[in-house]
Parts: sequence; C-alpha cells; structure tokens
Amino acid sequence: MTLPTLSPSSSAHRAGEDGRRVRRRRISRYRLAPFIFTVATAVLFGLFFLWPGVLGLSYSLTDYRGWGEPEFVGMSNYTDLFGDSEFYQSLGRTLLYAAFAVPVGYCLALAMAVALTTKRARGKTPARIIFFVPWLVSPIVAGVIWRWMFGESFGFVNYIIRLLGGDSVQWASNADLSLFVAVLASAWGGAAFNMLLFIAAISNVPQSYYEAAELDGANGRQRFWYITLPSIAPTSVLVILLSSLTAMKEFAMIQALNGGGPGTQNRLIVQYIYETGFERSLVGYASAASMVLLVILMVIAIIQLRISKRKNAW
Amino acid sequence: MVTTDALTVPPKKRKKYDRRRGHGEIRRSIFPTTMLWVLAALMAFPLLWFLLSSFKPGGELFSYPLSFFPREWTLGGYEDAFERIDFLRYLGNTFTVAAVTTIITVFLCASTGYALAKYKNPWLSVLGLCVLSMTMLPGEVILNPMFMVVRDLGMYNSLLGVIMPSILTPTGVFMFRQFYLTVPDELIDAARIDGASEYGIFLRIMVPLARPIMLTLAIVSFQWRWNDYILPLIILGDPDQFTLQIALRSLVGAENINWSVLLSASVLSMIPLILLYLVFQRYVTSSNINAGLKD
Repeated sequence: MTLPTLSPSSSAHRAGEDGRRVRRRRISRYRLAPFIFTVATAVLFGLFFLWPGVLGLSYSLTDYRGWGEPEFVGMSNYTDLFGDSEFYQSLGRTLLYAAFAVPVGYCLALAMAVALTTKRARGKTPARIIFFVPWLVSPIVAGVIWRWMFGESFGFVNYIIRLLGGDSVQWASNADLSLFVAVLASAWGGAAFNMLLFIAAISNVPQSYYEAAELDGANGRQRFWYITLPSIAPTSVLVILLSSLTAMKEFAMIQALNGGGPGTQNRLIVQYIYETGFERSLVGYASAASMVLLVILMVIAIIQLRISKRKNAW
Repeated sequence: MVTTDALTVPPKKRKKYDRRRGHGEIRRSIFPTTMLWVLAALMAFPLLWFLLSSFKPGGELFSYPLSFFPREWTLGGYEDAFERIDFLRYLGNTFTVAAVTTIITVFLCASTGYALAKYKNPWLSVLGLCVLSMTMLPGEVILNPMFMVVRDLGMYNSLLGVIMPSILTPTGVFMFRQFYLTVPDELIDAARIDGASEYGIFLRIMVPLARPIMLTLAIVSFQWRWNDYILPLIILGDPDQFTLQIALRSLVGAENINWSVLLSASVLSMIPLILLYLVFQRYVTSSNINAGLKD
C-alpha cells in the first residue's frame, strides 16, 4: 500500500494510519455482519409483534369497532369486562378446563415416558412411534377424532356402554361431560411432547440410585416414588407450566370437538375473544379481554422463566 | 403381545439361558411390557377407529352393531371428499404456506441465532430481549390487531398474510443460539485468520454444522404451519385461499355434518405429515429437542 520511494518516517506514519483504518474496518465489519444477520428478524418483530401489541393495548382503551375513528374511552372496557358475566363464564370455564387438562396430560405423558424407559419392556421402538403419532394430528383433526369417538348416537364409546347394558351418555349435550371429552382429547394430543421432556429427564437420573435402591430391596413402585419422581421435579414443574399455557390458549381443538357448546357453555377465553372481536366486531372490548388473558399467560411464563433459569431445567 | 413374545423365543436360545434366570427375565418383563402396550393401544385406538371408519360406506357408519373393521371396504368417502370440496386446492395452499414459511424460518432463525450467540453489541442485546418477550405474548392475544396490521399491509386474504407473521419463532432462534453457543470461538477465529468473511464463515462453516438442528426445526415448523388454525382463520376470508384446517373446520361446523366426507378429508389431511414423520422421525424424537419447542 505504501510507495517504496517514501522516506522511512512517512512510511511509519502511514503504517500507523493503516492500523487504525484496519481496526475501524474490523469494528464496522463486526457491527455490520450481525446487523445483516438479524435485520430481517427485527423487521418481522416490529411488524408482526410490536405493532400489533401496541395496537392491541391502545385499542383496549377505545371503543373501536373495526371501522371509523376509535374514540378514547379510558378504562371503561376493563370495568365493563369485570362486570360481564359472559366473560367470567369463559374465564372460569377455561380455568376449570386447565385444572383438569393439565394433571391428566401430565399423568399420561409421565406414564408413557416411564413405560418407554423401563429396562425390561419389549417393543419400545414401535411403541415410541405410536406414542408420537398424535403429535402430528392437528388440533382440528384431534377434535374431529374425539367427536367421532364420543358421538351420542353413533360414537364408539356409547356403543360399548350400551353393549355393557348402560344408557347412552350425553357426551355432547351435557356441558361437563363435553368438557371432559375435551380434556381427554387435549391429553391425547399433547402427551407426546411432554413425554419427550420426561424421557430426557428420566434418562438423566443416575443409574446408581436405582442400583442402590434395588440392593436395599426397594420394589418398582418405591423406586418410582422415591427416586424417579423427586429427581425429575424440575421437569415436572416445567411440563405443568407449559401445559397450563397451552390449556389457557385452547381454541382450535374445542372448535372442532363441540364448537364451544352445548350453547356457549364451553366457550373458552380465546373463543370469547375471537367471537367478540370478529363476529360482534367489538374490537376495543375484545382487546381488553385479550389483555386480561395476556396478564394471566405472562404470570405463568414468568414463573416458568424464573424456575428454568434457576434450576436449569432444560 | 407378551405371550407371543414368550412363544417366539426359539427353544435353542432359551436353553442357552440359565433356566431360572431366563424365566425370571420373561416374568419380570411381563408387567412393563403389558403396561407399555396397553398405553400404546390406548393412544392408537382413537386414530385407528377413525382411520377404519373412513373406509366404511356411509350407511355402515351409523348402523348398529358397529364393527371395528369395515364389513365392506370402500373408497366412496374419499371420492366424495375430492368431489364435494376443493381438496387439491386446499392441499396446495396448505403446502405452499407450510413449505415457504419453513424454508424462510430455518434460515432466518439460523442467522439470528448465530448472531445472538457469537457477536456482542447493544443492538443484539436488545434484539435478544425482544425475541424472548415473544414467548410471553402468543398470537392468541393479538388476534384483532394482527388482522388490522395484515390488512393495512395489503396482505388480507392472501397466503402471504399467513406466511409473513409466522416466520419468526422465538423457539427456532433459541434453538440455534443454544447450538452455536456450543461451537468453539476458535473455529471462527481460525476462519477469520484464513481470510474468510463474516458471511462466508456463517454460510460455509456454521450452516453446515447446524444441519441436524435445521432439520429438526424444519420438521417442527412444517408441522406447526400445516396444522395452524387461528392465523389462517382470521387472515383468509375467501374459500379459494383456505388451508386444509379451515376447510375441515367448515365441514365440522356445518349444521349437518357429512361424516363420510369429513372422515376421509381429515385422514387425507394427515398423510403428508405422517410420511414426513416416518422418514425423519429420529430428528424429532431425539434428545436435542428442548422445552422451548412449543409453538
């Protein structure tokens, strides 16, 4: 870069300048490359996350109906919401659904994981594939499958009940039984994923614990209760929190299973938001309901982040 | 299952075992094996019942006594599904959405995860926090605003409107970040000394290294987009643009459900995913999947 005819002093001067230029170029290169790598992400984040998020928050303070100019109404959407029995019914139903779906899903996933990690069980590979297939089934199809199983006049379950001499059960027209079917369907559809988490956790339990317990004469059940279960506690917490998040957001599966019915008795919170915002076009009001759901989900998510950071659960 | 297992052990092999031990092994494996297969049967039954029902003629679906296997096998329901609903169009739409989104997602998440793992500057710290915050605000709570944004961007009623918002997934970004954190920095330094550009390092070294993660994310992402319901529901209004899930929902939401069509259409809608899973299942069920892998 420096010309050979230059005097030594100026050459040294040039070298110093060169060094600085190289350093500056390197800094800009280290700045520019990560910027290029992430700029599309940032744009998408802004467009489809930040913008709708801010929009949602501000709509919740207006009486916007999807057209015209939104008018600022302060907190009145929220005060209306807390006096709205339909909202309470949806929220209560969602909490009830989560209260059953989470434990049932937890037990099923854990049972599957234990069955797959037991040393002496035969045929684990095909069983693993079978266990995982429901994960592929979309929530809509899962709803259809369970609707077909539990049809009142044509379903397999009622057929068996009648064969055994019982009366056909009102799986669709009784709200509680209908919710029970939804719980089963969600456990069935969501178990595979949690099973993977449990399998990873169980295979991390040191084998020596089991050997020691076996020497001391602990039977299988004791080994499960006193070794496996305490050792996988962090994963258990994680699974419970993740399933609670999923249960609180349930929408598609119930849509196909019973459409929130009978009537509106099983209308969960997301369906309430959808119907309020799109079918009744009360955008402002629906946004306020969304914010309430958001707070609930955020509390669960923050607990999860805290715990997973502390215990390094995954 | 247990008894057949026990019976199929060849007699010679059994002799090779110490008799007491052999018997004990089999006896002790009875309980776990039974438990495993009872569970497997429970999990498989709803799907099998559904699948077999789809091969029954319309009249047999509701006629008692029900039988597990169709008394008369027919593809009538499938023919109806192709005739009554525009199945191929929905399939094409769904495939477009899932494939395009997945390809972009994988590359975007890889580059973002790489940048977050291997560079340090204020811009990246802020971006990392932003992506983390996404895990806390799921799409379900911004339905209306999302619709407005997509409409204002002129993407309402087009597949693009379904593709664009679902490209960025925090899960994917964190999967790659986690992976690239385990890649030693020396590798990058060595490449820099050899004169590779930052982009060259990423494209020629880091992308090939992350191939298993890419495949895992690709399969998971494809499954998410294939089965996505709520976003297409609010973005796509025109039946010509429907994805399979929306089309199925309109079948099951009808006043009188045409079960024969619904059963076969649902079965058909699952086939691509099942094939994909059977080919790549070890990438999905292997251990490198982590807890964040939940849409």
